[in-house]
Formats: sequence, C-alpha cells, structure tokens
Amino acid sequence: MNDEKQVDPGRRCLLAATCAAGGVAGLATTGVLVSSLQPSERAKAAGAPVEVDISGLAVGDLRTVEWRGKPVWILKRTPAEVDALKSHDAELADPESKRTQFSTTPDYALNEWRSRRKDILVLVGICPHLGCSPTPRFQPGPQPSLPDDWPGGFLCPCHGSTFDLAGRVYKNKPAPDNLQVPRYMYEGDAKLVIGKDEKGEA
Amino acid sequence: MAFTEKQLAADAPFRERALNWIDARFPFTATWRAHAAAYYVPKNFNFLYVFGSLALLVLAIQIVTGIFLVMHYKPDASLAFASVEYIMRDVPWGWLIRYMHSTGASAFFIVVYIHMLRGLLYGSYRRPRELVWLFGVCIFLCLMAEAFFGYLLPWGQMSYWGAQVIVNLFGAIPFIGPDLSLWIRGDYVVSDATLNRFFAFHVIAIPLVLIGLVVAHIVALHEVGSGNPDGVEIKETVDARGIPLDGIPFHPYYTVHDIFVATIFLTLFAAVVFFAPQMGGYFLEYNNFIPANPLKTPPHIAPVWYFTPFYSILRATTSDFMRWLQAGVAAYVALLVLRTRLGRKTKIAVAVVGLLLIVGMSTLDAKFWGVVLMGTSVMIMFILPWLDRSPVKSIRYRPGWHKYVYLVFGLAFIVLGYLGVQPPTPWGAVVAQCCAFLYFGFFLLMPWWSAMGRCKPVPERVVFRAH
Repeated sequence: MNDEKQVDPGRRCLLAATCAAGGVAGLATTGVLVSSLQPSERAKAAGAPVEVDISGLAVGDLRTVEWRGKPVWILKRTPAEVDALKSHDAELADPESKRTQFSTTPDYALNEWRSRRKDILVLVGICPHLGCSPTPRFQPGPQPSLPDDWPGGFLCPCHGSTFDLAGRVYKNKPAPDNLQVPRYMYEGDAKLVIGKDEKGEA
Repeated sequence: MAFTEKQLAADAPFRERALNWIDARFPFTATWRAHAAAYYVPKNFNFLYVFGSLALLVLAIQIVTGIFLVMHYKPDASLAFASVEYIMRDVPWGWLIRYMHSTGASAFFIVVYIHMLRGLLYGSYRRPRELVWLFGVCIFLCLMAEAFFGYLLPWGQMSYWGAQVIVNLFGAIPFIGPDLSLWIRGDYVVSDATLNRFFAFHVIAIPLVLIGLVVAHIVALHEVGSGNPDGVEIKETVDARGIPLDGIPFHPYYTVHDIFVATIFLTLFAAVVFFAPQMGGYFLEYNNFIPANPLKTPPHIAPVWYFTPFYSILRATTSDFMRWLQAGVAAYVALLVLRTRLGRKTKIAVAVVGLLLIVGMSTLDAKFWGVVLMGTSVMIMFILPWLDRSPVKSIRYRPGWHKYVYLVFGLAFIVLGYLGVQPPTPWGAVVAQCCAFLYFGFFLLMPWWSAMGRCKPVPERVVFRAH
C-alpha cells in the first residue's frame, strides 16, 4: 500500500470545507473592518444646507462661509468684471464648464458668469487639483506668480493653478477643472441658501 | 526528543547555572552568538557602514519618546492642537520629549538616506542581498507613511493642508479615486475622523509593521552576511574552522565603533534639539504653529524636506510635460524592442504596455500621471537589484565615469528636493522636469550604462590596512 492511499478522502474533504468556511468568515470580518473606515452616519448627517444673509455684502466683498467643512465663497463682482469675463475664453481650459469629472455645474450657472445673479458668484473654494483653498488675487496687472496681463481672479498657493473671476481654470495648469459651483438658491433678495436648490438638497 | 539540561558541576557559579537553565529553555546564547559574538563582519568597513546601527538607535528614540507623548496627547480635532501646546508648556520636560521626537523624525530620514546611498555606492542590493534591499525599501515606505500620518497629529495648518493634498492624490485615480479618498478620510473633508484613524496608524499599526520589517531586514542580512566597500564576498575565503579570514566578530569589534559614532550622533542630535529644534522651518514648519483652519490654505505649503524630491516630481507633471513623457516612453519601448534579447512575447507585451501608456497620457489628466510618477519614483527602488548589470558590485572597481553618473543622479535628487520646498515657478518646473528625466533615466537605463565601460580588477581579499 503506498502513501497516497493512506490519505482519507472524507477527512481531506472536511479539511477543505473547514478551510473554505474559515476563509469566508475571515473575508467577511475583513469586510467589516474595511467598511468601518467609511464616513459614519454622523458625518453623513452633518451636511445640512447653510443660510447666509447677504444684505450687507458690498461690491468687491468676498465672504467665506463653511458648508460641509469646506469654504464657500460669496463674491460680489462689479459689472465691469462680469463683462470682462468673456474676453479671455481662449485662455481657459473649459470656458463653458462642460466637464463633469470634478463637479457638475448646475444648469442655472451654465453661463458666462457662472452664477444665478450676474454680480454674485458662489463657489466652493477648493482647488480641483489636490484640495487646497485658492487665494483671492483681485488686483489686476503684473505680480509675483501671476502673468503680466492678469485680469484678477484666484491663485492656488499649492501648485499654482489660476482661476478667473468666474472660477474657471486657465489652460496648462495642474488643476484640470473649474472650481465647483455648489447647488444654491435665493430666498428673497438678501438670503442665500447653500447646499439646496429647487431640486432639493445637494 | 526528551528534554535535556546540561549537568554542571555542583559548585558552578550562580551566573553559569542561571545561563545554563535559560539556554535549555530559550536559545539565548545561540542567538547572541549568531547575531553578535560569532557574526563575522568584513573588517574593511568604512564610516558609511554605521548608519544601519544609527537608524536602529533613532528608531528606539522615536518609540520611547512617542510612548511618552501619547500619555499627554489627545487625538481629537478640537483638543489636539491645544494638547500639543500643553505638552510644550505645562508638561514637565514635555518640550524636550516633543523636540526629541520631531527632530528624531528628520534625523531618521537623514540617517536612512545616507544608509541607502551607501547601499547604492557599494552594490549592497546585489545578489545574494536582494531580499535585504527589498525589506529595506519596505522599511522606507513604512517610514514615509509613519511620517505622513504623524504630521497630521499636531493639527496645525501644515498638518491639515498637507494631509488634504496627499489624501486627494488618491482622488486622481480614474473611476475609484474620489470614493477612495473619501474612504481614507472617513469624512467629506479632513476632520476628526481622519485625525483619529491617522493616530491609530501612527502609534500602533505602522510601528508594528516597521519593527517586523526591521527584524526581517537584519535576519536576512545575517543569513547572507554583510557586504563591504570592496564588494568581495568574505565567505569565499575561510579558515579551517569555516570562519571568514577577513571577518571579525560584530561584537566587540563593530559594537565599539557603533557606540563611538552613536555618541557623536547624539551630540549633534542634542545640539539640534536644544539650539535649533525647528531648524529654520525645515524640521518643524512655521505654519504648523497656527491651528488648522479648513477655510484658509497658508500662502505657501510644502511638505517636510524629506518628501520634497518626490513631491517635486508630482508638481513637475503638468499637461505640457505629457508630450515629453510620451516621447520618453516611446524611446524606451523602442530601446527595449530593438536593443535587447527579450523574447518575442515579452517584446510584444512591452510594446502594448507602452502604447497604452502613451494613449493614457493624452486621455487621462496630467494630475493622475503626476501621482503615478511620484509613486513610481519610490517604487522603482524595488527593482534596483535586477537593473544593475555591472560585473562588479562596488563603485571602487567600476569604470571611472560611473562616478559621474552617480553624481548627476545625486545632484538631480538634491535639486528636486530643493525645488520642492520652494514656491512653484515656471522655470522651477522646467528644471524639475529635467531632473525627473535624469532620476528615472538613472534607473531605467541602468541595464545599459551599468554594463558599459571597463571595470578594474576586483581583489581576491578585501583591501585593509591595519591601524
């Protein structure tokens, strides 16, 4: 009788079944541990819309409010600044905000000025590149880290991406997308609700 | 086998009887002999060979000071910053413990970079020490992870925005990226949940893996024996008892060297801890003394100095750099297909992969390729043992011009590191792109350049002058 014959196929089968069952249990436990790292219910619930009173916002003012832990900018632009937006479309990577990889621009902001009201710009102040918050550089003209014909806009301090006064990114910059326009709506003339529009909460 | 214990004479001294009792139950003397008293090390080591021991010393400093910091630190986004200031101001000697830990982090990287340079110069990664090198690269990866996770804990501006940038790197991966970075953060932004899990990784998960890898690194080294600056295998020339003629026991001959250098190192270390703990903003960045503010990025953010060479490669990958990269990939594929003796199937596979890369470089964002290049710049070290085709190990017997190749590589690495701490400029980006090509060229073209030129004859025995 050779050695192979001594292997009891019944026991070998049980051994395999035990290993398989143990493996399934191990995988399931790993699944539990991996899932525990997802955002908790509390973190998910913390995303309520934010109401902002903009009655005191003067022309040229930038107000930053916190929505879902991110900075949201509310900027009141001058009519001249809004009119100048269409003049540099050729230098932009996505002038019509067609890309949806980073964020989908709401229908009411799919225009040259990227906002519901022409003067008031609402943007999430997070760079689409790696998540830094760009710095306002509203002063036009030559200055450090910016081109000489700078019309005013935003500069990301981390990797040098530049955005115009509608949050549209310039060509050949690390950031591939425009700044995100969150879903928002007006309740009356002076109250802005961020994170919610006619279609419901974002 | 039945349990046997050596019978000692009845009047044997207590020390001897105690050791005998232990050795029957635990391989104490055997381990001591295998790794110290009878571990034979080449006698021609130079100064560069102490950095392995120094790395172990720094690891010990980090673990001990870390344990005491955890006793006072609070991993909570609303308390973390204040608890670090509490350690600095109110805990007796807390400032010293914290500065030892923060200086230790930079010291660790200085020591490990020199240790790796030593390996590079003397071919310490070559057969039969490939696994020693692979464990070493894993240790380096763990160290980077450890430093990154630890940097979030003080919850300063640099902590916060550094973590934000690095976690968002994963967001650049097509399809799964955004969900992956959400999963890493555990929240939609870097938050308390992120701080808590980074704390867990920094104080327990990574250190456990790190210590395991250090043990594996040393066990693998002691299995094959240490290399030396001549690249001569001392085990090939042994005496009648099988002991290498050019070997001396690690203890006491090298322990005494290592302790001497450790005292010099600790003097310098203490000088930094006491007189320049922030090291002009390089060891502890100024912006990190400002509490984290999720609404405002500091005007200039840069990682700590030891990450900057790799960070520069990330930053250099812009969309107008992509066509240069495509040209580089095309040239490399052509080189592999035309100038190697790889099999037909391998060559077809290489061409297909190259084509996919070139197509991918024009379809996927430059941001993604930046992340890929940064990852590759570290991971490429894993294949180093199989890239080097030089007939000799040590730079001492390589053709003279090889030294300049190493010099150019070293300079490119330093320039990348320098540019990484500077704010981005158009010229800086061009220089970084050139240096990135030199960096990758050094590794990817190594199978060709390392085999070129005429090596000097390698001696039979190590070169050693008694002193």
